[in-house]
Amino acid sequence: MHIAEGFLPVTHAVGWTLAAAPFVVHGARQVVTEVRERPENTLLLGAAGAFTFVLSAVKLPSFTGSSSHPTGTGAGAVLFRPPVMALLGTIVLLFQALLLAHGGLTTLGANAFAMAVVGPWAGYGAYRLVRRLGGGLLPGVFAAMAVADLATYVTTAGQLALALPDAETGVPGALVKFLSVFALTQVPLAVGEGLLGVLLFRALTVNARPELERLGLLAAAPEPTR
Amino acid sequence: MTRSRLGTALLVLGVLALIALPLVLDGGTSEFAGTDATAAELAEEQGAQPWFESVFSPSSAEVESGLFALQAALGGGVLGYVLGRLRGRRLAERSREDGGS
Repeated sequence: MHIAEGFLPVTHAVGWTLAAAPFVVHGARQVVTEVRERPENTLLLGAAGAFTFVLSAVKLPSFTGSSSHPTGTGAGAVLFRPPVMALLGTIVLLFQALLLAHGGLTTLGANAFAMAVVGPWAGYGAYRLVRRLGGGLLPGVFAAMAVADLATYVTTAGQLALALPDAETGVPGALVKFLSVFALTQVPLAVGEGLLGVLLFRALTVNARPELERLGLLAAAPEPTR
Repeated sequence: MTRSRLGTALLVLGVLALIALPLVLDGGTSEFAGTDATAAELAEEQGAQPWFESVFSPSSAEVESGLFALQAALGGGVLGYVLGRLRGRRLAERSREDGGS
């Protein structure tokens, strides 16, 4: 989902930066508030950031004969709501733009909008939907991880299509082309990411039950289970 | 093996299968190029004209893979630290309760 450095026209680069900036600033405020008012959650906040850091560094093969990387933003979106991930996801993207020549500074806005804004919000929406339909925490987490991953890549395809419409078929034609690169490859990765999220939250429900209860993810148990 | 352990093992197996099966089923015909690079090529075909270069580019694939490994190691390290601390806390609480009762 990383649009390479310099690949977006200046107007698009500026536009996406302006679109992403308020989310990132708001996210930064949320992180500061979280750490200040609920310092007991700092550990989990670190886990959410670390999870994105690992997952977005690992490129995995897919059934389409190409490889891609997960995003890992769904976990933090479920734990701390999406704004927090706007900052954490952007930090990951900045690290990769500066040190890995992966993504870029001119495309940071667009990439942040896809991975740190749309992904977490879509994932959080999926989580809420599953919970409202009566699903438990783990099915909700699975949906959040998978949907955040897929939504990020679909957004990237859309951004590229808007910037580079096809000569004959326009934006829709270009969208089909870019989606054919990203979407199918990403499906098995999104499932794998969902399973990893479930693994993480299984560990958290056992070891961080008080935190998950305080965050409203689990109903408070009368007596802690042994 | 408890049910919980079995579940964990199955989940890990599922993740591994999702990574390994594409490689096994493919039989060496595909190059598994990254989608980001493929999209950049497609963008250039569509007429993209890169107007800005990366401020820093790893000078070789080896350096690049090292930096990616560093990113994963940082994330994995922090994640492991947090999970380890949380688990240690729970075990300490449990032994305290057991000692007290």
